[in-house]
Amino acid sequence: MSGISRRKFLAASVAVGAATTLGGTKKALAAGSFSGYPDGMGVLVDLTRCIGCRSCEAACNKEQKLPDPNLPFDDMSVFDQTFHHGTQKRRTDESAYTVVNRYTPEGSDPIYRKVQCNHCAEPACLSSCSVNAYTKTKEGAVIYNGSVCVGCRNCMIACPFNVPAYSYSSAFGAVVKKCIFYHETRLKDGLPPACVEICPQEALTFGKRKDLLKIGHQRIQTHPGRYIDRIYGEKELGGTHWMYLSPIPVEEVGFDPRPGNEPIISHVKDFLGVVPMVLAIWPALFTGFHLLAKNQEGHEDHEHEIEQQHDEEGGQQ
Amino acid sequence: MKSLIKLGVKPVDSLINERNDKRWTVMDKLFLGLTPGQYLGQALRNPFNWILGLIFAVGIPLILYRFVFGLGAITHASNDYPWGLFLGFGLFVMVPLSASGFMLGTTVEIFGRHDFHPIERLALLNGLLGYFFAVIYLMVDLGQPWRLPYPMFWSFGPAAVLFLVAWHVATYLSVQIAEVSVAFFEWMDWLGGKRFIRRITIGLTVSGIILSTLHQGALGALFNYAPGKVHPLWYSASFQWIHFFVSAIPAGLYMVIVVSTIIKKTMAWRCDDGFLDSLDRCTLGLAKGASMGLITYLVIKFIGVAHDNEWAYLATGWGAWFLFEMAVGVLLPLVLFAYAIRHQIASLARWGAAFTVFGIVLNRLNTALITFNWKLYQEIPHIFEFIVAVTVFAIYITTYRFILYRLPILYSWKEQPQEALAPEAVKVAPVRTTVSPANAVYRKID
Repeated sequence: MSGISRRKFLAASVAVGAATTLGGTKKALAAGSFSGYPDGMGVLVDLTRCIGCRSCEAACNKEQKLPDPNLPFDDMSVFDQTFHHGTQKRRTDESAYTVVNRYTPEGSDPIYRKVQCNHCAEPACLSSCSVNAYTKTKEGAVIYNGSVCVGCRNCMIACPFNVPAYSYSSAFGAVVKKCIFYHETRLKDGLPPACVEICPQEALTFGKRKDLLKIGHQRIQTHPGRYIDRIYGEKELGGTHWMYLSPIPVEEVGFDPRPGNEPIISHVKDFLGVVPMVLAIWPALFTGFHLLAKNQEGHEDHEHEIEQQHDEEGGQQ
Repeated sequence: MKSLIKLGVKPVDSLINERNDKRWTVMDKLFLGLTPGQYLGQALRNPFNWILGLIFAVGIPLILYRFVFGLGAITHASNDYPWGLFLGFGLFVMVPLSASGFMLGTTVEIFGRHDFHPIERLALLNGLLGYFFAVIYLMVDLGQPWRLPYPMFWSFGPAAVLFLVAWHVATYLSVQIAEVSVAFFEWMDWLGGKRFIRRITIGLTVSGIILSTLHQGALGALFNYAPGKVHPLWYSASFQWIHFFVSAIPAGLYMVIVVSTIIKKTMAWRCDDGFLDSLDRCTLGLAKGASMGLITYLVIKFIGVAHDNEWAYLATGWGAWFLFEMAVGVLLPLVLFAYAIRHQIASLARWGAAFTVFGIVLNRLNTALITFNWKLYQEIPHIFEFIVAVTVFAIYITTYRFILYRLPILYSWKEQPQEALAPEAVKVAPVRTTVSPANAVYRKID
């Protein structure tokens, strides 16, 4: 390699380094701490009030125009369904964006828990998406743009609540599927989602997240025996816009009791910070190694050059 | 092929057919200088081709089936295990086993260890094909494979680790195509292209190191999105990307040893003396260098356990599985390498390499599939998913072999047959006539 081309190479690597460092700054900003949208809406789910009527499931199915279920919504035998050798209860999938499960703790009445997207303040799905399909709206919803979804399913890996599902049955339009809080059709106009509207027990309370937290703490204070002293989703994983009040420890209704208060993105920040450093440092470091090795005594590089000359002669023949 | 060589047939390894002093045509080169009849005959006599044929007969219809009826038709359509074998094996295993390209590029071009030159091209090809087929696996897995370029050109999610992987794998694939194209240019006798690549070799190699560091690491960092799902022994909050990067180094190098062993056993006719004679030396050299990476990996794995204070998990069933992976995939090969290098036994080093490759395969499968969702349940992939994964792997082997048979990877390309030269020219012939790198130089030095 001649002196000039080496200089050219170094210049190019500086340019690349500079460009990527700038690119990296944007990333760092995007990954900065975010305190959530103050006026975002949410739902408080009170597990003591839910009677497992499944009308929320039916309302969701109807308004989202999802396919008819195998068993009708008034068939309560679905609560006895288990999967994967009895270890799993029902979960959200491409034809059900919300499901209600029954838990029966020893010596007490059954508790029902509704599952749907919890609309995190700092969503893991959003931060893992390589095509930026997800958006956290200021109204509080986590929505996605199916028309850019590549179908890599990284968001399903990332979601700590195992909520996003995938249209496995579709050959040409397979994208991720989940609850979107009726962002376009209801939430933007300040209307509650269909599931909240239909709930006969007022187990679901729709409102601004900050107000829901007040309501939740008030209920815990007024009825100290009825609830455990925790609003699940207040702090967990950076806070969620759907939150739960439970009469029993949350692990008994199928939640991870200690998911940590950090949003998922904080687990990845360290690595994202390494990226611009490697891009900036490696070119000089390894070109430097090469130059050191090349000037070393007894290094066979000159043989290499002789050989290269022969090549060039060969090429001119 | 062996029987044909006994009959005096010589596979194409030069520009000019020494029988009639004419240049080989591209068709001649594709048929290795055999007549179509001879070529078909040797292909049919090879029992391995029948096995491949059987796999394709079952697997290729299944792949078509998948594209017509969706991924759910050949998998369990699991929403809890969104990544199955195609990514768990195809992406997370194939990519570290293909780290060979950038590692040998670094050794030869950056550190100037030209004694590893005979095996460099094989390592580069191994890298290129591994990545290429990781992308093929990805295409089989993606919901909308035609949207694969979206992260590059259409919709950007620059804060996502997968965005990084997409960009880096795409760029690195181009770098590797450029690196391997040298052999293709020789074969096609396009020396201008070859000279151009030569000139930018250092640039290519350094970009290879940068891109490899980042995307090998990024594959690990992808699991940082699922801190509660991967078992703590396979998950490290702080070191996941370093674990993946460091283990990719021995993985790639030992993969080259494994591949070269298979080649030596099954394809010796295609190798020239320069390759065969230096193989034991290269094997031991690689084993020695890579064992540094392997022992580092062992240490940082246990630092990971200590850092997150996960010792208690070692006493569980998962712990035993973890210790098995470490013992068979890391510790045992280290012992074998120590003995092999001390007593210069290449065959023992080859066993060590095989165990290491097994260990890395197991590690990636453990992280991506087996211990994933350890709190939920374990899922065994659908039989069709296995078959499709095996089929894509068989296509990989077929392509690999197709290229090795033809391009000057295992042998050096001769611009002129040696017989055509005057006797005094023959003495210097290796330097003057051999286009391919080091063999010539080393024959002279030896």
